[in-house]
Amino acid sequence: MSESDSAPSPAPAAEPNDPSAVPAAAIPRPSIADLFLAFAGVSVSSFGGVLAWARRMLVENKRWMMAEEFNDLLALCQFLPGPNIVNLCAVFGVRVRGVPGALACLIGLLGPSVVLMIAAGTLYRRFGALPELRGVLSGLAAAAAGMIAATAVKLAEPLLRFRFGPEHAVAVATFVAIGMLRLSLPLVLLVMVPVSIGFAWRGTDAN
Amino acid sequence: MRIDSATLAALFLQFAVLSFFAVGGASSAVPEMHRQTVEVTHWLTERQFSELFAVARAMPGPNVMFVALLGHFIAGAPGAVVATVAMCGPTCFLAYGVSRVFERFRNARWRVAIQAGLVPVTIGLIAASALIIAQAADHDWAAFAITAATFALVYWTRFPPLVAFACAAVLGLSGLV
Repeated sequence: MSESDSAPSPAPAAEPNDPSAVPAAAIPRPSIADLFLAFAGVSVSSFGGVLAWARRMLVENKRWMMAEEFNDLLALCQFLPGPNIVNLCAVFGVRVRGVPGALACLIGLLGPSVVLMIAAGTLYRRFGALPELRGVLSGLAAAAAGMIAATAVKLAEPLLRFRFGPEHAVAVATFVAIGMLRLSLPLVLLVMVPVSIGFAWRGTDAN
Repeated sequence: MRIDSATLAALFLQFAVLSFFAVGGASSAVPEMHRQTVEVTHWLTERQFSELFAVARAMPGPNVMFVALLGHFIAGAPGAVVATVAMCGPTCFLAYGVSRVFERFRNARWRVAIQAGLVPVTIGLIAASALIIAQAADHDWAAFAITAATFALVYWTRFPPLVAFACAAVLGLSGLV
């Protein structure tokens, strides 16, 4: 992270009157090693969710992507299933350096994290039963529950501004089916996704 | 922990299938991970699931890395790698494939409808994740108070969530929960 912070990203040193000297075009294409190191930096510093860190690195520090380009790709990855930012960095990597680029981004983003998780998992297995650690882990688990609850409410905020409608019914039904009845996810999605898309279809303009 | 090829294969299949049902991101799949690993296969207890979830959240890296911790608990270091590859690999191919044709459909009515339709489902799933983790973690009033305080901190303030985690760890160390 410090490496990307200290990297001065001045406007391109091209001719001031050269019309092609827009910032986007002047940023040199990152090498495979650049991609790996940048995403590894994100991997080890991205406490509290990787979206903000990945955006900061890609758009603000390295300027490998324009803000609009990032938003478009994020929208696509939120539309598709799977881990959003992981998918985003794979598509970004392919765009700039082909399949090796995608692998460099993915291994950079996931590799250090896998190693960290293996270390944490090993510690958990070895020391997780110690009385001192039992308390710490209980506290952390309780905090994690509050954090994800806050995420759920933040996501629901746009819905909360409207009167109760089909969208609210879908959210509540999904919550009850998965959280309380503990039904299988594929089964629930098979029903809820078409129903929800149907309601959304009615709400969109047929232009 | 069982590091054998049958367990690794089962793990791979489970997470690869699961990844395609993670609408809106990896957190949406947490209830199904819980159902599969705790309720169906009994690979973990309720408590272990919620604690590993918390450990993953307290560390840097994408949210999806919780699967690496689950994989490690179930089948050691190979399990961590297998779970990560299974959860991330197939959907990356999908994302790349769709990204090549996405421009054409950007304003199509069906695309807008699908995107809008997935939002309430995702909200329901993330809320269900919160309920499942809370039920496993909040076994007494002190733990529930920590959950409520963390919710308040993350929802109403701009403090980094790590502050809440640090406070919760200290409270836990002092024997309160």
